[in-house]
Amino acid sequence: MSDWTSIGTLDDIPPLGARTVETPLGQVAVFRTADDVVFALINKCPHRGGPLSEGIVSGRVVACPLHNWVIDLTTGVAKAPDQGCTTNLPVRLDGGRLWLGLPAVRKVANG
Amino acid sequence: MNAMPRQRLVVIGNGMAGMRTVEELLARAPVRYDITVFGAEPHPNYNRIMLSSVLAGEKSVADIVINPRDWYAANGITLHTGDPVVAIDPAARTVTAASGRRVAYDRLLLSTGSKPLMPPLPGLDLPGVVAFRDIADVDAMLEAAAAGQRAVVIGGGLLGLEAAWGLKRRGMPVAVVHLMPTLMERQLDLEAGHLLQKDLTERGLHFFTSGQSEEIIGNGRAEGLRLADGREVPADLVVVAIGIRPNIDLAKAAGLSINRGIEVGDDMVTSDPHISAVGECVEHNGQVFGLVAPLWEQAKVCAARLAGDVTASYATPALSTRLKITGIDVFSAGQLAATDEADSEIVFRDASRGIYKKLVVRDDRLVGAVLYGDVADGGWYFDMLRQGKALGELRDRLIFGQAFACHGGGGAVLDVAAMDDTAQVCGCNGVSKGAITAAITAKGLTSLDEVRAHTKASASCGQCTATVQAILTHVTGADASAPEAMCKCTELGHDAVRRAIIAQSLKTQDELRRALGWNSPDGCAKCRPALNYYLLCAWPGEYQDDPRSRFVNERVHANIQKDGTYSVIPRLWGGIATPAELRAVADAADKFGVSEIKLTGGQRVGLYGLRKDQLPAVWDDLNKAGLVSGHAYSKGLRTVKTCVGSEWCRFGTQDSTGLGIRLERLMWGSWTPHKFKLAVSGCPRNCAEATIKDVGVVCVEAGYDIVVGGNGGIEVRVTDPLVRVATEDEVLEYCGAFLQLYREEARYLDRTAPWVERVGIAYIKGRIVDDAAGRRALHARFLQSQSFVQSDPWAERAQGGVEAHEFKTLAVVEN
Repeated sequence: MSDWTSIGTLDDIPPLGARTVETPLGQVAVFRTADDVVFALINKCPHRGGPLSEGIVSGRVVACPLHNWVIDLTTGVAKAPDQGCTTNLPVRLDGGRLWLGLPAVRKVANG
Repeated sequence: MNAMPRQRLVVIGNGMAGMRTVEELLARAPVRYDITVFGAEPHPNYNRIMLSSVLAGEKSVADIVINPRDWYAANGITLHTGDPVVAIDPAARTVTAASGRRVAYDRLLLSTGSKPLMPPLPGLDLPGVVAFRDIADVDAMLEAAAAGQRAVVIGGGLLGLEAAWGLKRRGMPVAVVHLMPTLMERQLDLEAGHLLQKDLTERGLHFFTSGQSEEIIGNGRAEGLRLADGREVPADLVVVAIGIRPNIDLAKAAGLSINRGIEVGDDMVTSDPHISAVGECVEHNGQVFGLVAPLWEQAKVCAARLAGDVTASYATPALSTRLKITGIDVFSAGQLAATDEADSEIVFRDASRGIYKKLVVRDDRLVGAVLYGDVADGGWYFDMLRQGKALGELRDRLIFGQAFACHGGGGAVLDVAAMDDTAQVCGCNGVSKGAITAAITAKGLTSLDEVRAHTKASASCGQCTATVQAILTHVTGADASAPEAMCKCTELGHDAVRRAIIAQSLKTQDELRRALGWNSPDGCAKCRPALNYYLLCAWPGEYQDDPRSRFVNERVHANIQKDGTYSVIPRLWGGIATPAELRAVADAADKFGVSEIKLTGGQRVGLYGLRKDQLPAVWDDLNKAGLVSGHAYSKGLRTVKTCVGSEWCRFGTQDSTGLGIRLERLMWGSWTPHKFKLAVSGCPRNCAEATIKDVGVVCVEAGYDIVVGGNGGIEVRVTDPLVRVATEDEVLEYCGAFLQLYREEARYLDRTAPWVERVGIAYIKGRIVDDAAGRRALHARFLQSQSFVQSDPWAERAQGGVEAHEFKTLAVVEN
């Protein structure tokens, strides 16, 4: 179950670029591909935690700026022979507006 | 059923010839012998030919091991390393080692190799005098090189020159003393010998030809070499590399028939029928051996005999020579010159490209070849020489090489399809094209390493690697030369792409990828930065730089650190700062919570640990004090390091600081294939360390020495001298032209050091020094390109709002 939050518009992200969003889950990188498809990943390379938002985007992958691991934007999985995975989050494009899906917060009544 | 009892084979000498014989024997008769090997050195069997590559730092000792210890174990061979045999008893058929170990044999194989030939010089026993023969010698030489000492090499033959070059590569000043008037006189004719000396002199070696060594001088250790004509060459390391002589001591003591070497017949058996011998220790028909090809042939014959073949017979094959010095191509085979009127010489000379070829023809047959500068056709000539075929019509076009002679032109492309199956590809191991294709097909080989493992082709000196790779490509259809492709998006290499950009006038990345058949529409993280640079360089002011094709540091104009923070390093022109500038740096450090300020290796001040969103504000503050980006993050001009020069220093000959600032003002902001560093020293004491920079200027009384292609990184390389000029303006013109040549012709991510090594300093001199009009044109193109880039990227972002989205969070989502 996701809560959809508006985070901006497609034009805010350059093609083949990325922007970051601060969330309760940590920093999220939102990527835009050459064909205007948008993906969101927790902004940490599974290798050494490098900021994926600073990497070079091509096709459906991003190369981590620290040690060049290649991460699949659609799944968050590192390309073999490297092994690892970062969390991917749902993101929706609706008439130019971007919506990020975050897990619904279950508010717990405290005492 | 009774199995035939195994015979005992003892091998003395764990070197290349002995172990090759064992390998051949195991392939023919795997269970015939119980094999015991004694080696004097503490190492497993290694490729002695490659010692020069270890010395030059191109290979490690581990890289040149042929058979590791587990190979011996896997083949049931007992190996005793570091335990030399000291006696043979031919009557009792036993050998005794230094440790006292005594082993009985049915058959004994001597492969004791050779010893360095030592001239009878006084002082030869001083510490600091070494030969060039084994790993221990190389270790001693490397130790001397690390201590920054000077070396003199006695001997200007193949061995001596490879030793000298290896030491030079390790940063030692090296002189070579050679008895004869020209280098490598046994393999090269006079002209090629002179060309070689010229090229090596340009690379910084010093030569004393016709130099008769008289005495190694020194008090307690070597301090230099005195020549018979009174000249003295100072040196802390003396390398004796005048040749080798067969190691016959054991055989002689055992009473075997000896001349210069251990005498063997065509069956490789000595005067004792139970004892065979192979390699550099033997003498066959009055001939002794130093090159590897005949050794392999001997190993083959000896193994066949040991396996029971009574017909195998040895004859010395035709020999060819190549020199293993990176970037210097020399080939020779057969006769070096015409000896009488029946011989004729065909000569090709292209002095400006440093190419010289000579063929010797007799009775319509090729009998000799000497190639310098372009050796691509060496293998083809060598085949013709071995086969002794009549040349006929080919003679007129022969000198132009295989591609032209056989196909009427089309460049010197390696044509393996046209190669005969019997054509020898690997001279070291005697492997023909047919043998390689057969192995590839029968065993389904797909990689160069597999071909090496199965056929030994290109596994010794490695000179034929390109040919073996081409055959693999030809047979399998796979692209074995793939490592040269830019990336997985294309099969084209860097140079081909650069040529196409100009030839087809490709002006955007999309256009280029479409025109050149890229298999991915937006490229990848490997090719995009290269293409962005190539287009930027080809079309200055016209191509729109693509930030999304740049690595993060160049995109955000700061260096990303391992924790995701950034550093900010402003430019200090020539390493000079005012109190106000330093105050601004200190104030920014306080204001933005930078806990530490670092003075960098390039005479600058760095602030570390800044968050990305802080960068524009930091830059803004620094800009206000007149500080601009130092481009410490770019593949472009980094710093110009200077000493204080004549302004302050009592030794300074020129204003090195002022010249450094002029150079930095000329070059800042430029994009280059990789980072580019300069230094200017005010005198030859060279306090700015100019001789390990991409471009260095060393001031002298008479002007300025410009040196290029140095590197102080992982592999230290000392610069090559380019030219001495008289004025500062000339320094600017030559350096600008050199930078532009590097920008236009090097491959992306090539530093100048490997680029200069690849193309050769002679080529660079040809373009920058000899061709004045070309130099001025290069310099003009550089100035034209600079007119578009000299704008502070920090100011553009801090005040101009360029790429503002880079430094702002898109959104903050709260709980």
